[in-house]
Amino acid sequence: MNATADAVTSPAATWSIDPQDTVMDCRLEKIFYGDFLAVRNSIVPIEKNKITGFIGPSGCGKSTVLRSLNRMNDLIPVFRFEGSVTYHGQDIYDKSIDPVLVRRYIGMVFQQPNPFSMSIYDNVAFGLRLNRYKGDLDERVEKALRSAALWTEVKDKLKNSGLSLSGGQQQRLCIARAVATEPDVLLMDEPCSALDPIATRQVEELMLELKEHYSVALVTHNMQQATRVADTTAFFSVDISQGSRTGYLVEMGETRQVFEDPQADLTKEYVSGEFS
Amino acid sequence: MTGTISEAVLEQDLASMPQLQGSMFEGRGLRSRLYTGITWLLAILASLPLFSVLYMLIAKGGARINWETLTALPPSAFEFGGGIGPAIVGTAVMVGIGAAISIPIGILAAIYLAEIDPHTKLAQTARFLAKVLTGFPSILAGVFVYAALVVAMKSYSAWAGGIALAVLMLPTVILTAEEALKQVPQKMKDAAYGMGCTRAQVIGKVTLPTGIPGVMTGVLLAVAGAAGESAPLLFTALFSTYYINGWEGLGEPTSSLSILIYNFSGMPYDNQIELAWTASLVLVLIILVFNILARVLGRQKY
Amino acid sequence: MASNPFAHVVTKVCGPPSAADYGADKLLRAVVWGAAAVILLLVTYIVFELGRQAFPAMLSFGPEFLYSTTWDVQAKQFGILPEIWGTLYSSLLALLLGGVLGVAIAIFLTQDFLDHRVSNVFRTIVEMLAAIPSVVYGLWGIYVLIPLIRPGANWLHDSLGWFPFFGTSLSGPGMAPAALVLAVMILPTVAAISVDAFKRVPYKVKEAAYGMGTTRWEAILKVMLPSASSGILAALVLGFGRALGETMALAMLIGNSNQISLSLFAPANTLASLLASSFPEAGPIEVQALMYAALALLAITLLVNVFGLWIMKAATRKFEGR
Repeated sequence: MNATADAVTSPAATWSIDPQDTVMDCRLEKIFYGDFLAVRNSIVPIEKNKITGFIGPSGCGKSTVLRSLNRMNDLIPVFRFEGSVTYHGQDIYDKSIDPVLVRRYIGMVFQQPNPFSMSIYDNVAFGLRLNRYKGDLDERVEKALRSAALWTEVKDKLKNSGLSLSGGQQQRLCIARAVATEPDVLLMDEPCSALDPIATRQVEELMLELKEHYSVALVTHNMQQATRVADTTAFFSVDISQGSRTGYLVEMGETRQVFEDPQADLTKEYVSGEFS
Repeated sequence: MTGTISEAVLEQDLASMPQLQGSMFEGRGLRSRLYTGITWLLAILASLPLFSVLYMLIAKGGARINWETLTALPPSAFEFGGGIGPAIVGTAVMVGIGAAISIPIGILAAIYLAEIDPHTKLAQTARFLAKVLTGFPSILAGVFVYAALVVAMKSYSAWAGGIALAVLMLPTVILTAEEALKQVPQKMKDAAYGMGCTRAQVIGKVTLPTGIPGVMTGVLLAVAGAAGESAPLLFTALFSTYYINGWEGLGEPTSSLSILIYNFSGMPYDNQIELAWTASLVLVLIILVFNILARVLGRQKY
Repeated sequence: MASNPFAHVVTKVCGPPSAADYGADKLLRAVVWGAAAVILLLVTYIVFELGRQAFPAMLSFGPEFLYSTTWDVQAKQFGILPEIWGTLYSSLLALLLGGVLGVAIAIFLTQDFLDHRVSNVFRTIVEMLAAIPSVVYGLWGIYVLIPLIRPGANWLHDSLGWFPFFGTSLSGPGMAPAALVLAVMILPTVAAISVDAFKRVPYKVKEAAYGMGTTRWEAILKVMLPSASSGILAALVLGFGRALGETMALAMLIGNSNQISLSLFAPANTLASLLASSFPEAGPIEVQALMYAALALLAITLLVNVFGLWIMKAATRKFEGR
């Protein structure tokens, strides 16, 4: 396993996209938590109006990579980043850039549904108020709830607490909250892991609609989900040869190609289910 | 059923089976019962003082509960009647001053400890000192305020009493509020950060509104504790037999329920002793109301 | 931060936080930092102010103040050994009784003796014991406890008077009623911290004990108590610290007599009740001496509380390590 890991060629050599179509050009050299090297040498472009799926075994750092793309990891004091993430010609890790600003444009949906303990309406309006939106709040809230396929279920109880909804509804509420401000990029960190199959299907359908307007990066532990929704798939693996567990990008390409004709042996093992 | 098995076989089976039912008079069982009995006895013994205190409060203190007692001025030595009105107002005013000082500072400090910089030297020291201060003898708060304030102002006052109470309330408010703010789920805070909130916005829009019931629990417990304090008022507010007279009255010696109880308890007159019991009942009722409110708020979960 | 590098990103809503938002953020950080610093300043100021006020007395009476026994305002002779003795003796007696009761209640509440409703009743009782103010306990002590125990105390003195603990009769206030009330007052502290200590013992430890075939009491005494021992020790030390600083009930019940006696029925005095009873009428010289006594009380309680918190920290870590 480790022998093949070292033999992997650079992903850029097997696949490339036009820089014109790239919304985020992420060159992650090293990501540390304290002394622990969590991710190394991974170049992960995020395509405009596409869904980029991140797959890989647990502990491969795919969530760490995702959370580095809107500087959520900066909230962890021991986090350290080497490399660059270029977004609209600007490295978001540049010293002059405020992480808060980055997160305004690059929204996030989390693994666990996490509505605020306020009404459904206030949850969705949260980001609009945060950005001091001057237009019609009601209209925006309705639009966001509609695009999250939640409007018909909650339109009569907008004053109820967001926490009163079921798990699947809560996650769609969180998606509505994230898209209400129409961010440029949407990062989704295993958004279906806490949901049942029906809610999962609803959220997946939602993602396919969202990519018309947004560029989506999706972390998933479910390979079927990646094949169903992702246009591009990045496969990460974990290298335990140095005594710790360091994640890295093995292969990235069009989803069909990654699953049907993987270039690296590790990817082949993983997508055929030999690797857990 | 037994008919199919011969009696001899059955008896043999029983004899070879380990006996699983222990006898209650056997060593282990007996000792267990004894210990259990002793524990029950100790628990009931520990509860007796409470019931005795409550009985006395209701029997002795309840006898004088009426509008006159609750509003009238305290009697002088040989006078009959009288009441505890100024003491109730004095306690309320001084606890109010203490709360007005300690609650904002306490909650702000708790925000620093729970949200802004939980691991700095300042945070660790402040947290440790707050814990040490919860065991700070209340009389020393009085001595401190006497030295720092009463001497300088050249007068006992409601201000001094309220500040002494604030010193005692502050650690309770800080520690309980910090705990309450930490209980707000991290995933909610993450959601707010993920939307591009500044730290102040996360705290103002999510952490504080979500954690406020828990914070209020701590605040109410601190208020309840302060209402019952007497040692810190002894030589800061001293005592008075009159109502607080307007804003300027706050600069003069002020009556309180707890000091009234202390003063009247040692007097050789039945009238005063009865009033001490009534004041005790009123004081305990006030404290219980705040405790119950704190419990009700504390029960809410996210 | 003034210019927004993403301003050209096409979006109708998203924008940078306003200057006011950044200002509010800076302001909040500064204000909460200041609030946290207040507690440091407060403690420093308390120690400094008490030290400053006590300084003249420390100069004129020296360390002798701590081990001489006279408190005579006219002769300007001041010593607090009887008060230190009374403080430690009353707190120790209270700890003996309140500690046993508190730990017993903690066992009672945590080791499945009671169904939920009954254990809630006992929990409420303990919380209410903690909520009753010190003066009310003092009043109760004067009019209920002292009359209640006087016959028994005097019988003990009459029949076992050669025993130093029963060396005097109980005429009214004294060490016994003071220590009894003190025990009731520290019981909730001991019980609450011990309950936490028992709850910290992982369930699997208890399970393992039952799995070996122990009875409930064998599990409690041989497994649970030793596992929770450091937490219980912290409870006892912090309860002791509470007892040392307790004022009003003692000032009302201990008799405020400047003497050192082993007898449970003799009146005595404590540092806190010395302050409570002498301060209001003290002249300038006596106030200095009282400030010295206050500083001594501060030192003793700080020492005990810091020690207790230190044990508690170690006890909390015990089951968190891997």
